Amino acid sequence: MRRSLQFLLFTAVNLTIFLLLPLHARHAQSGGYAKLQSAQLRSLHVTDLCLATEARYTRHPAMADRHAPFQEHPLALEHFPSGSLILPPLQHREKP
Amino acid sequence: MIELSNITKSFNSGKPNQFTAVDNVTLAVKPGEITVFKGPSGSGKTSLLTVIGCMARPTSGRIFLRGVAAAVPFQHGGLEEVEITSLPERFLNEIRRSTFGFIFQQFNLVKGITVLENVMLPAYPTGEGRGEFRARALNLLEQFSIARLAGQRVDLLSGGELQRVAIARSLINNPSIIIADEPTAHLDSKLSRDFMAIVGRLKGEGKSVLIASHDPIVFDSPFVDTLVEMRDGAVVASRSCR
Amino acid sequence: MKRAVERHLNILEFTLASLLRRRAKNLSLLAMYLLVIFMLASLLFFVSALKREAAIILNDAPDMIVQRLMAGRQDLIPAGYAAEIAAIRGVTAVRPRLWGYYYDALNGANYTIIAGDAPTSAPGRATVGAGVAKARNLAVGDLLPLTSYDRAPVMLEIGTIFPSGSDLVAADLIVVSSADFHQLFNFPGGQATDLAVTVRNPRELPTVAAKIASQFPDSRPILKSEIQRTYQSIFDWRGGMTLIVLVSSLLSFIIFSWDKATGLSAEERKEIGILKSIGWETSDVLLLKFWEGIAVSLTAFLLGTVLAYGHVFFLSAPLFAQALKGWSVIYPRFQLVPVVDAYQLALLFFLTVVPYTTATVIPCWRAATIDPDAAMRY
Ligand SMILES: Nc1ncnc2c1ncn2[C@@H]1O[C@H](COP(=O)(O)OP(=O)(O)OP(=O)(O)O)[C@@H](O)[C@H]1O
Ligand SMILES: [Mg+2]
Repeated sequence: MRRSLQFLLFTAVNLTIFLLLPLHARHAQSGGYAKLQSAQLRSLHVTDLCLATEARYTRHPAMADRHAPFQEHPLALEHFPSGSLILPPLQHREKP
Repeated sequence: MIELSNITKSFNSGKPNQFTAVDNVTLAVKPGEITVFKGPSGSGKTSLLTVIGCMARPTSGRIFLRGVAAAVPFQHGGLEEVEITSLPERFLNEIRRSTFGFIFQQFNLVKGITVLENVMLPAYPTGEGRGEFRARALNLLEQFSIARLAGQRVDLLSGGELQRVAIARSLINNPSIIIADEPTAHLDSKLSRDFMAIVGRLKGEGKSVLIASHDPIVFDSPFVDTLVEMRDGAVVASRSCR
Repeated sequence: MKRAVERHLNILEFTLASLLRRRAKNLSLLAMYLLVIFMLASLLFFVSALKREAAIILNDAPDMIVQRLMAGRQDLIPAGYAAEIAAIRGVTAVRPRLWGYYYDALNGANYTIIAGDAPTSAPGRATVGAGVAKARNLAVGDLLPLTSYDRAPVMLEIGTIFPSGSDLVAADLIVVSSADFHQLFNFPGGQATDLAVTVRNPRELPTVAAKIASQFPDSRPILKSEIQRTYQSIFDWRGGMTLIVLVSSLLSFIIFSWDKATGLSAEERKEIGILKSIGWETSDVLLLKFWEGIAVSLTAFLLGTVLAYGHVFFLSAPLFAQALKGWSVIYPRFQLVPVVDAYQLALLFFLTVVPYTTATVIPCWRAATIDPDAAMRY
């Protein structure tokens, strides 16, 4: 086969897969909703996602009080940009 | 038949360094003949050929194509004559592509791609089916006995082989007129004579060939029909060698 | 029509042939391009899927949480507050919540301990998240030994383990009975961590919150909309942070491709001259360059996006999970439900494919408009 047709075919296959992505996503969404609907979990009325458990304000960002980032793990990443520039003193860096 | 009437080609018109390379040339080139333009360096041979080959427009004067107009995609009322100097760019390109084949002094082949692809290159934008011009290209390579090089990259070829690839390329669109500018400048005398033999064969197939050259092997060749001598942009002599 | 198609095919043919001439260079260019698109698309998929999960989960969140502040920190809230808040007009229910953190010295993990309601959480039994079960190597029926705040051992039998599909909510959860909760933390009676307040009419929420704030000056009401806003900003922040990194890489890529494209080499210039002299029109040359840009950028875009989709939704985004993990010992598996945001993908397309193709075509414009006779003078 000509190289140009090979390329076009390759692109067509890519494009088809690409266009199938939203269909796959929609299909998965209609089936995947139930997993978050466990009755016991719902009865807990959670207020936060479990994304990172290293510090109080990363585990429960919505519940943490405004000063929370000061209180946590000395090496924890924090919301304030200065945190990435100023490291805590050396004696605090040992892990417990 | 190509008819030039009062063709002038100036560079940098209107500026202090204005230079007239072709000066008021009136000439008729007969179809099916080999015409050689001869003259010292700077006499305007290349400039004249680019004007004839629709590569550049003359500053003034007119050029008529007679009898070769069949290759032109449009025809005003069956007229056999086309005045190419007044045509818009698009048609000029079309005529150039279908009517003229060019052989350059430096061959001007595209490096890195194969011989076959180089030969087919002028046919790509015509919209012709690949199968058709590919067969024609292979046939041309066969004719010039370089078929075995078809899949080879042009970078590795010898001068004589390059020359023949360049000739094959100029023929791919079935032009009726071949224009060659200093085609033998990079060849030894044996290859130059081979070149003239090929040109003679093309003439036998009914093609017109226009050559600019100051190589005696070219203008003393028995195949040459007309010799046009140029000096300082003007034609000083035009004689038939028959 | 057929001629036009053939013209495109023929010119594309030459495009591919000339791209393959500098195979190593063009393939590495393609790989780099692919990587940029892959990272950007992964990020888009990851963030929009997380946003969707957050929206679904937070839909079940209480209308309002009331905390008590003490010296700038959250403190326990007396149960007396609950009765008074319940009496405010428009409030339908006030539920004291008991929850807190347990640091496991064995493995350095932080658990979230929640006191569940009576029917599901019998004393001595616990329901744990999949992350906890994995960290402590637990199965249903096993005993989980914890140490209470007065150094007494607390033994909990594992009743249920939340499926890992609910990791995004429950990976680090240990749900226990109120009695066990009080014992574990030596938690004073008549107090709660905070109060979950339900309001009859959501539009009355701000009014109710204002009433609570004025009635209890030490309280801090957190509305559901604020919780949702927090998550909106988290994803924007995380997305924003990473986006800055990726946009800068994208910018450098654009600069790189711009440099490559504008620095048209003498060789390429000569090649364009040759094409012109053998009968190619300016538009043919531009078409050639257009296909050249498309061949690289469209391939990178389509492949990169498809690979990113697989990375995020089939492989659980290992690249980003690493970044989110940080110091966490327990972390969720990001089994995200796929989300495709057509608008964002379109944006990605217009930010990558279009500039690259333009940067390939535009610089050739000048070179392509040279007179065909130039090749006679090389
Ligand atoms: N683009 C240009 N601008 C200015 N002058 C030009 C240009 N092209 C050609 N000339 C001048 O026109 C004159 C004729 O050039 P041309 O190339 O036609 O000569 P020629 O007969 O082909 O010479 P040669 O035998 O050396 O190839 C030369 O003096 C050249 O310097
Ligand atoms: Mg010359």
